[in-house]
Amino acid sequence: MTTLTDPAKESFKLSMLIYDTRYRSMTIQIFVLITFIIFVFWLVNNTIDNLTDLGKPVEFRFLTEAASYDINQRLIDYNSRDSHLRASFVGLLNTIVIAFLGCIAATVLGVMIGIARLSKNWIVAKIMMVYVEVFRNVPVLLWIVLAMAIMIESLPTPKAFRGENAMASMYLSDSVAFTNRGIYIPEPLFSNPIGDVSLFGAASLRFDVSLDLIVIMMLLGAGVFVSRRIKKWADAVQNDTGVRPTTWFMRLAVIIIPTVILLWILGFHLGYPELKGFNFKGGTYLRNSLIALWLALSFYTAAFIAEIVRGGILAISKGQSEAASSLGLRPNRIMSLVILPQALRVIIPPLISNFLNLTKNSSLAIAVGYMDITGTLGGITLNQTGRELECILMLMLVYLAISLSISTVMNWYNNSVKLVER
Amino acid sequence: MKTSFVLGAVTIAGLAAGAAAAGTLDDVKARGTLNCGVSTGLVGFAAPNASGEWEGFDVTVCRAVAAAVLDDASAVQFVPTTGKTRFTALASGEIDMLARNTTWTFSRDVDLKFEFVGINYYDGQGFMVPSELGVSSAKELDGATVCIQTGTTTELNLADFFRSNNMSYEPVPIETNAEAQQQYLAGACDVYTTDASGLAATRATFENPGEHVVLPEIISKEPLGPLVRHGDNGWGDVVRWTLNALITAEELGVTSANMGEMASGTNNPEINRLLGTEGTLGEMLGLPADWAHKALSVGGNYGEIFEANIGEATPIGLARGLNAQWKDGGLIYSPPFR
Repeated sequence: MTTLTDPAKESFKLSMLIYDTRYRSMTIQIFVLITFIIFVFWLVNNTIDNLTDLGKPVEFRFLTEAASYDINQRLIDYNSRDSHLRASFVGLLNTIVIAFLGCIAATVLGVMIGIARLSKNWIVAKIMMVYVEVFRNVPVLLWIVLAMAIMIESLPTPKAFRGENAMASMYLSDSVAFTNRGIYIPEPLFSNPIGDVSLFGAASLRFDVSLDLIVIMMLLGAGVFVSRRIKKWADAVQNDTGVRPTTWFMRLAVIIIPTVILLWILGFHLGYPELKGFNFKGGTYLRNSLIALWLALSFYTAAFIAEIVRGGILAISKGQSEAASSLGLRPNRIMSLVILPQALRVIIPPLISNFLNLTKNSSLAIAVGYMDITGTLGGITLNQTGRELECILMLMLVYLAISLSISTVMNWYNNSVKLVER
Repeated sequence: MKTSFVLGAVTIAGLAAGAAAAGTLDDVKARGTLNCGVSTGLVGFAAPNASGEWEGFDVTVCRAVAAAVLDDASAVQFVPTTGKTRFTALASGEIDMLARNTTWTFSRDVDLKFEFVGINYYDGQGFMVPSELGVSSAKELDGATVCIQTGTTTELNLADFFRSNNMSYEPVPIETNAEAQQQYLAGACDVYTTDASGLAATRATFENPGEHVVLPEIISKEPLGPLVRHGDNGWGDVVRWTLNALITAEELGVTSANMGEMASGTNNPEINRLLGTEGTLGEMLGLPADWAHKALSVGGNYGEIFEANIGEATPIGLARGLNAQWKDGGLIYSPPFR
């Protein structure tokens, strides 16, 4: 029988927190954390105290007061009697619009330019190089201001469209007008609309969703689903017999025919812009500020995306394309079937941060008077109410929320295209 | 990362709030220069001239205060501010006073915590349109595109005016007067609206001022005046009484021509008190006895400053109108120097 004795337990002494390497790092970390928390608390407390002394305690009541100013581009109904919160919401939607349009245009342009930069054609490759270097080396604010100045100075005023011998004329059988105040294009209208659903009643965040749009989108989605089933069927037939049935007309038909019928039932027609009084009336009005901002942001960001795409493609070893061409694939198919799917894994992560950059750069909108959330909440509301701290904090939260949502969506996409390791 | 963002903002706000409470008069004396907020460029009111020196109606007020406090009319650091940045600049202590066509309103005085020391120009909001549009009244502007400086009272008046007249309009928000001018001249907006004095000043810089008309409607009261931060009454008094000295001098007939002579003593006790040969008014403000004399020697009295910068002999060509002395049927009136 053996008796096991534990070694005498060393009793814990307070000094061991510093002298014992087992505890020291923990002690230091806890100490730093506590100091940091105290520092933050002091800062916040100090700010609140000082603002209270100034007679401006931190409060958000101003958000419910009438904004009293007008906003030109509104995606939802708004007038000057609505609250500051409502005005901020209008601005938020404008920010989302410019970010959305900008990200799409920048991606399309950037991918094309990135691929063209690798072209074997010397002139094309060099032109794209010049594009990239010029756009990414000049601050985006200057591009925005330049785009706006070009629009204002080079396009005709609405006045020029008036009279018998008008100096300017509309394009596409009088349906599109390019003016220095913006571009007027036809708008889709329905003579038998289903109506709108109003969300959130009378609250500041209320908005109407068009049922017509929802129905059309649902029908399109169903069409795409059926089209995919047809593709699967065609794949199966090809695998079985080696002959692929011709399906493109069927796939197109299941998407287009139901949509056309629905549009006909809804009484779809176009509303054309017309010169009335000072401005064109009717149609969809794309303001000069929106276009200038959109073009400048997309051209600028496209230059960065082009470099990312180029880098992504170059990262795929040459053996891949050689193997593909030895299988008899043509260059276009090599790019779309072999190179790009692999390159996407390299491209997506830096692409996300460029989308985030574009979204944050959109806050330069005020330079051309585009009323995004920086222009409404961080501009006029801040200025008219004098609530700097509250407005800036809210603004930061909003941008943080937008950026995190973009990241989430893009990371989800990244996971879906990344290499599946077996 | 989230915390560091918030922290930065909080620190800045905290510092700004801390800097706002100290004796501004002592600060200015110790610094040797006056930091004066002016507009980014409005000819006649505040704009750099050909040699780069600031001049204008508002600028002269800054210079008069600098002369009274520091005995040097050139010891002024001019800080150009936009309609949006001006209040933050003043509240944060970046500038000691703001002389920038700023309208005295209840909420700016009470809620934003500023002290308007007086009114140096009685103005109202007007509209300017190219004469070829054939518009003769602001009531005909339904559907027009209107250029407007953002962060101003005019922005709010405009919304109210169009709303109460059941008219629609397309606002084009703009940061500075220069940008507004560019857009207006290029025809990107039909109408430019701001204070009538600002319209006159802007029109004077156009190549063909005759091709633009200022519509007869004045849609608001815009009493413009210099302002300082709330809570530093000593400094507020200095700026207030410097402005009043300019006004009183005109009322009493003290001009830059006869001031030297009057400074050696006159039969009118109020002139003597103003120019410091009698009484201790300067001492009460914490300034030398001849402070008002120095302030007046910058550009003369209120009337002379008006005529030299924006009066009928200048390209801006504003009549005195409401801004005449009370004796002449205007509203310019200073409390007595006693």
